[in-house]
Amino acid sequence: MTELKNELIRHSAADLAAKLAAREVSAVEVTQAHLDRIADVDGQVNAFLHVNSEEALAVAAEVDAARAAGGAAAEELHALAGVPIAVKDLIVTIGQPTTAGSKILEGWHSPYDATVVKKLRAAKMPILGKTNLDEFAMGSSTEHSAYGPTRNPWDLDRIPGGSGGGSAAAVAAFEAPLALGTDTGGSIRQPGAVTGTVGMKPTYGAVSRYGAIAMASSLDQIGPVSRTVLDSALLQEVIGGHDPFDSTSLTDPFNNLVAAARVGNVAGMKIGIIKELHGEGYQGGVENRFNESLQLLKDAGAEIVEVSCPNLKYALGAYYLIMPSEVSSNLAKFDGVRFGMRVLPKDGPMTIERVMGATRAAGFGDEVKRRIILGTYALSAGYYDAYYGSAQKVRTLIQRDFDAAFAKADVLISPTAPTTAFKLGEKLDDPLAMYLNDVATIPANLAGIPGLSLPGGLADEDGLPVGIQLLAPAREDARLYRVGAVLESILEEKWGGPMLAQAPDLKNAVLDAASTTAGGSN
Amino acid sequence: MSVDATLSFEEAMEKYDPVLGFEVHVELNTKTKMFSSAPNVFGDEPNTNVNEVDLGMPGVLPVVNKTAVESSIKIGLALNCKIAESCRFARKNYFYPDTPKNFQTSQYDEPIAYDGYLDIELEDGTVFRVEIERAHMEEDAGKLTHMGGAAGRIQGADYSLVDYNRSGVPLVEIVTKPIEGAGSRAPELAKAYVAAVREIVKNLGVSDAKMERGNVRCDANVSLRPHGRERFGIRSETKNVNSLRAVEHAVRYEIQRHAAVLDSGEPVIQETRHWHEDTRSTTSGRPKSDADDYRYFPEPDLVPVVASREWVEELRATLPEPPAERRKRLKEAWGYSDLEFRDVVNAGVMDSIEETIAAGASADVARKWWMGEIVGRAKVADVDPSELGVTPQVIVELNKLVEDGKINNKMATQVLDGVLAGEGTPAEIVEKRGLAVVSDDGPLLEAIDAALAAQPDVAEKIRGGKVQAIGAIVGGVMKATRGQADAGRVRELILEKLGVEG
Repeated sequence: MTELKNELIRHSAADLAAKLAAREVSAVEVTQAHLDRIADVDGQVNAFLHVNSEEALAVAAEVDAARAAGGAAAEELHALAGVPIAVKDLIVTIGQPTTAGSKILEGWHSPYDATVVKKLRAAKMPILGKTNLDEFAMGSSTEHSAYGPTRNPWDLDRIPGGSGGGSAAAVAAFEAPLALGTDTGGSIRQPGAVTGTVGMKPTYGAVSRYGAIAMASSLDQIGPVSRTVLDSALLQEVIGGHDPFDSTSLTDPFNNLVAAARVGNVAGMKIGIIKELHGEGYQGGVENRFNESLQLLKDAGAEIVEVSCPNLKYALGAYYLIMPSEVSSNLAKFDGVRFGMRVLPKDGPMTIERVMGATRAAGFGDEVKRRIILGTYALSAGYYDAYYGSAQKVRTLIQRDFDAAFAKADVLISPTAPTTAFKLGEKLDDPLAMYLNDVATIPANLAGIPGLSLPGGLADEDGLPVGIQLLAPAREDARLYRVGAVLESILEEKWGGPMLAQAPDLKNAVLDAASTTAGGSN
Repeated sequence: MSVDATLSFEEAMEKYDPVLGFEVHVELNTKTKMFSSAPNVFGDEPNTNVNEVDLGMPGVLPVVNKTAVESSIKIGLALNCKIAESCRFARKNYFYPDTPKNFQTSQYDEPIAYDGYLDIELEDGTVFRVEIERAHMEEDAGKLTHMGGAAGRIQGADYSLVDYNRSGVPLVEIVTKPIEGAGSRAPELAKAYVAAVREIVKNLGVSDAKMERGNVRCDANVSLRPHGRERFGIRSETKNVNSLRAVEHAVRYEIQRHAAVLDSGEPVIQETRHWHEDTRSTTSGRPKSDADDYRYFPEPDLVPVVASREWVEELRATLPEPPAERRKRLKEAWGYSDLEFRDVVNAGVMDSIEETIAAGASADVARKWWMGEIVGRAKVADVDPSELGVTPQVIVELNKLVEDGKINNKMATQVLDGVLAGEGTPAEIVEKRGLAVVSDDGPLLEAIDAALAAQPDVAEKIRGGKVQAIGAIVGGVMKATRGQADAGRVRELILEKLGVEG
């Protein structure tokens, strides 16, 4: 039994779907195997803020009943019916708490489901629970969660990336075959890179944002987290599509993603290296794995070209004006008046302003406060043009840079993150060093284009995962799945199996006592 | 609260030149709200017409109500505005509990309609052009009720209740350019302007336009400058002046107050003022400066509203007859004289008369009731005639009771008083008050006999052919029957009795 369960959790979503359809295993067995794994290892990983066992098993049982009944009931099941999934705790769910990783929402239950959650329910994918994140998705390490940091399954003393460290770690630790993330400046891709998993930020508007607690509305995008490129394509087809509740959602169908992941060749495609997104500032082992991937793609028949996006040097600066500006407005609603935490001032008059102030002072962590203050300042009268206005102009320039680059290449390529996973606590006191982690991922958010990160091997110096990022023009998500699947298969051939097979066995891992004090900046 | 000094209006006018400006908020009567699918309904249980969007729950997104955009374009067109081909919403950020997101989704530098005008006809027929700066779309806030403390303000209240039913109701805010040159007619122009806007939106069918329900709300800006000076004085903004009469009074009061402040050598404070209907005066609100920092930025959750020229022209083609033209047509249709019609318009009962005629009354009957009875009573009650509580149906019913001879005109006015006192429908009041015309000839004949016996000389005159003397006998009968007899029938019976041909 243990053998079987162990095997079940190591399957890809596509394989599980096939086994479920063939009735080789039941959805309840698959779901239970993952719940057992969560029980076994999540004490170490802390990927989950809430485990949703009862509902997940009930949904799995429905799937099994439908399959057993056969006929129309079985035929109507979605291909991923019964394949369990974890959901980042920034996405609202009926029946489970949603915290956004913040004390200010502790114990809050949403009265409505996010559109993507409705789609998961419609596909009868059991939701295993809600995953940890940096508070309101602000961070690159998950250390800014009010509920303690998530740990990297490759090395429990290291960060799993962020903000979606919980979703990435859950998938890397075989606690879930799939997860939902959100990506505002790299929160899906950078955790994917440092945990050796696949993370996809779709084109802005390809997946409804309705029900994803907004961090920066013009940059946020929900996307898949998985262990294989094909699995991400399968999941994006479940969650994508136009949503009348999200005015910014695209009407394009995006239904060719799975097919693209199965094409299996890159012959004749032009792949552009972005001059500004590698080299100086990038860890040697990261550069080595990146160059290796380039060579492999070339060997597979792709043409490698170099492109320049000169305005990318302003991307981080522009991002840290636009994002906090939107944050300062989006987070204004957390004031203790209608929902969530309410803190009364300790002394002095009990006015509404002071209740709001006391609630926000107690409910938000330092990083959130830092960004609210930055954004409030950037939008202030007299500063707007210099800050927010200029940043929007940079954004346009970056979009133009990408337009020019895509005139020369079908997809662009870079390392996903400049380094492998750093140690817990290492960058907590240095926000700027933390922000630099997202230097390669932020441009895609500013430009609204899709970006995929997939495992590119282990860095020579530390044996930790390196992520390769692929970028495509807006609406060309399919290209990323096509190139990504090819690169993945070549690499796995080289490694003799999935990269995660090389990850340490968590059950035997021993927590470094010293590292347990590292978490929680708040 | 302290009472501000004022100059007499005449003195103020002698010394200063008023400049006005108005922000009129019009609540649209769309089925659903500006950015959510929750119903847009007035008067329901608090917090029932809300969904997660109106409550600003985490994760929600707005979606623009297309009908509200259409209505806004129609308003823009009716105000002779240009319509933006593409315009964006913006967030106006401020912390206040009536705004669930702590920002209001509004329009800032890209209003949907701009650069228009409205020709306002004053009471004497003078036409005054008011330039429209812009008309923009936004959402209404929730309604706060402050409990305890003084004067229903949040300051000092024990607690406050909030009703989010109004939160997200579509609004169009119409902003004028500074209105110069109105002189002593400024108060009259103020009232006429707001009346005209209200008339337009009602006529377009885009708003219920009931000021008493806050469907149309006016913020009135007033400043004074010495005659001959070009530069504007410092303005005050009197908020939520919510009846036509109040608009007139508030502008008049603020002119008088500003004049007194300026005369004292002090500067006028740039601030919002609250209007008090009871004292017909304003009190200081909060200081308002042009530097109020709402940290506006383009609403990232919404895509720009694109109004194609084809769509705008389609909407233009659906616009109803403009009110001025409508007035011309109604005057002809009703056959009123210039004076009669102007009185009707000035009394603010044209719509009511039109509705009354539509309900079945003749033009003359409608005018008789509205001008003869209701306007006077409204003045006494200090409300607009249409807000007195008389429906067209009441008038039609009253008139029918008179025409059928069930009551006479004198009784009908008593019935009207009964209706206004909330005693029921006209028929019920006739019944309850025992006002029916005495139609049984028996008691009438007895009263006639008594009256003839009491005035034999008059009876003799009538017999002798001096029929005009009959009034004295009719009067005696009416007195005896306490006015409940049908005077016409009494006359008939007297002539019959005396054997004289009427």
